Amino acid sequence: MNVAVAKTGNGRAVSDLFANAEGRLPGSPSVIAARREAFETYERLGLPHRRIEEWKYTDLRALVGEVLPLAASPDAAALKRAAEAVKAHALEGAPKLVLVDGVFAADLSDLKALASELSVKTLREVLTNEANPAAGDLLQTAATDAVISLNAAMATDGVVISVADGTHLSAPIQVIHVATAAGASAFTRSHLRIGKGVRATVVESFVAAGKAGGYQVNDAVILWVGDDADVAHIRLMDDAPDAVNVSSHFVTVGANVKLNFFNMTTGAAVSRLQGFTTFSGEGSELSANGVNLLQKTEHGDTTLVVDHAVPNCVSRETFRAVIDDRAHSVFQGRIIVRPDAQKTDGKMMTRALLLSDEAEADNKPELEIFADDVSCGHGATAGALDDSLLFYLKARGLPEKQAQALLIQAFVGEAIEQIADDGLREHVIGIAERWLERRS
Amino acid sequence: MALLEVKDLKVRVEEREILHGLTLTVNEGEVHAIMGPNGSGKSTLSHVIAGKPGYEVTDGQILFRGEDLLEMDPDERAAKGVFLAFQYPVEIPGVATMTFLRTALNAQRKARGESEYSTPDFLKKVREVSKSLNIPQDMLKRGVNVGFSGGEKKRNEVLQMALFEPSLCILDEMDSGLDIDALRIAADGVNALRSPGRAMVVITHYQRLLNYIVPDFVHVMSRGRVVKSGAKDLALELEASGYTQFEDA
Repeated sequence: MNVAVAKTGNGRAVSDLFANAEGRLPGSPSVIAARREAFETYERLGLPHRRIEEWKYTDLRALVGEVLPLAASPDAAALKRAAEAVKAHALEGAPKLVLVDGVFAADLSDLKALASELSVKTLREVLTNEANPAAGDLLQTAATDAVISLNAAMATDGVVISVADGTHLSAPIQVIHVATAAGASAFTRSHLRIGKGVRATVVESFVAAGKAGGYQVNDAVILWVGDDADVAHIRLMDDAPDAVNVSSHFVTVGANVKLNFFNMTTGAAVSRLQGFTTFSGEGSELSANGVNLLQKTEHGDTTLVVDHAVPNCVSRETFRAVIDDRAHSVFQGRIIVRPDAQKTDGKMMTRALLLSDEAEADNKPELEIFADDVSCGHGATAGALDDSLLFYLKARGLPEKQAQALLIQAFVGEAIEQIADDGLREHVIGIAERWLERRS
Repeated sequence: MALLEVKDLKVRVEEREILHGLTLTVNEGEVHAIMGPNGSGKSTLSHVIAGKPGYEVTDGQILFRGEDLLEMDPDERAAKGVFLAFQYPVEIPGVATMTFLRTALNAQRKARGESEYSTPDFLKKVREVSKSLNIPQDMLKRGVNVGFSGGEKKRNEVLQMALFEPSLCILDEMDSGLDIDALRIAADGVNALRSPGRAMVVITHYQRLLNYIVPDFVHVMSRGRVVKSGAKDLALELEASGYTQFEDA
């Protein structure tokens, strides 16, 4: 059981957070009631801390302290700066959906280009539609905790995408979250409903406009993947170095699905991605891969829960962390195999590369197996760069930093290689290369 | 000026002195063989010249064209023209051979203030060089040395030698782990690279290699020193009499 410690002096500020934002939170009266309930849950629990098992290594009370006030809706100047950031981080050839400081920016988005292949609404649109009695359901999730409740209470906007059965998207869709405001929070929540037999690649990018920093992001994604679909879900967390990004994913996987998930963290002082994936149909394969590239005092946490609720599914998790300076990487992977889920094949492998004596990696694999005919396993390693490889490269003329960079790229390559789309893979490699250039 | 001058070199590894005052002079165009029993310090000498960490030079000098080599990082030495062909070339999974070759060649050129090769120019050069050495293109498509046989690894070292065009090549136990056919192929590659502007130091335990790479000079090392130097015939004498005569030197 999670026991919340008595609220500290910031209890007052927490209440103000909602009271000051409430007038700007979209929703019909029933939605507002659901928000208030979610906020009460958050207030009761407070920010997660180390005595809550799931948050043991990522104590938000110690690392973040307080939740910043809701960001103002972007003005013309903010949208202009956001447009430049979108240009700088755009994936070539991909139609874009852009959220600026938690608000959908239609002028920066390619709605027309997308209209022929799928349906896009904004979360705001759906939540404020009084004719829709189920609007409040968009704030419900299969799992919950304090940050997820906070997201339900505060989400200002997001995209609600629906891809019809049998659609083969001609290009990846890129959802770009741009932060332009310092000292403020953005709360977003998106829903993606992928129909049967669909082929799609969805990329989420988190970026800062210009020198924007010191902001907080709390994002939630609810994804349904229909039977026989083949989907790549790529998440690129490239926030400002002093930002906070806490995001939650809820994925329901149908039958005979191929789902490739990839997350790369190359920014934010404190970040956590928590993913909850449930197999609801047989014969599906999940490949979940992650790369944490951390430097300075950054803290990056990837927590993945994979629930084999039905038989005959495969899950593979490959996670790589490169940790420099005094940075701290956390990987928690839990595989649950329900009693009926025979013939489950679930494996996870995590490797950490420590580039300094003060770098830290925590790996926590958990297998909860209730079926008897399964193949499950996990492995974890941590180590430094191999001196003999470094010397070989240096003896061939590569300066130390360049030799290290080549070996680091090789180390993370195994996870990045899983991205099938050539252009997208190059885009991801480009972000990793920029991280390497930032190393002091 | 000599290309390489090793003067009274003393080297320690941890607390143990391995080289006790070694002196060696190599001029441009010369091929020197260094022979000696296991543990005589042959590989230590090659590692110290290339700049491998873990060795402490307590006395003496290594000059390369009159410049103090010991003051330079390994990559600077490479850019100056020092090349060590490794006894056991490492496998580097995830680094494509072509990426490695291009990065290394351009890093050396950049350090020398020369223009870097464009991708098409580089590919052309690699194709030329690998063709002249009979290296199949398939080898270049793999990760650096990954899954290579012993012979392939040594040929990859020779390929790099041909590509980087160093002025001093140090071949550390090139024959170890090679059968006679693989040895002949690697040696042919090395012989093709002999030139008046390039010197070679061939380190070997056995005389066999010197049937294929015929040296101008032979030095015998024992217990961290050069104990005898002579012409190529010295290698044959050693083959007949063994190293024991030098053990007490």
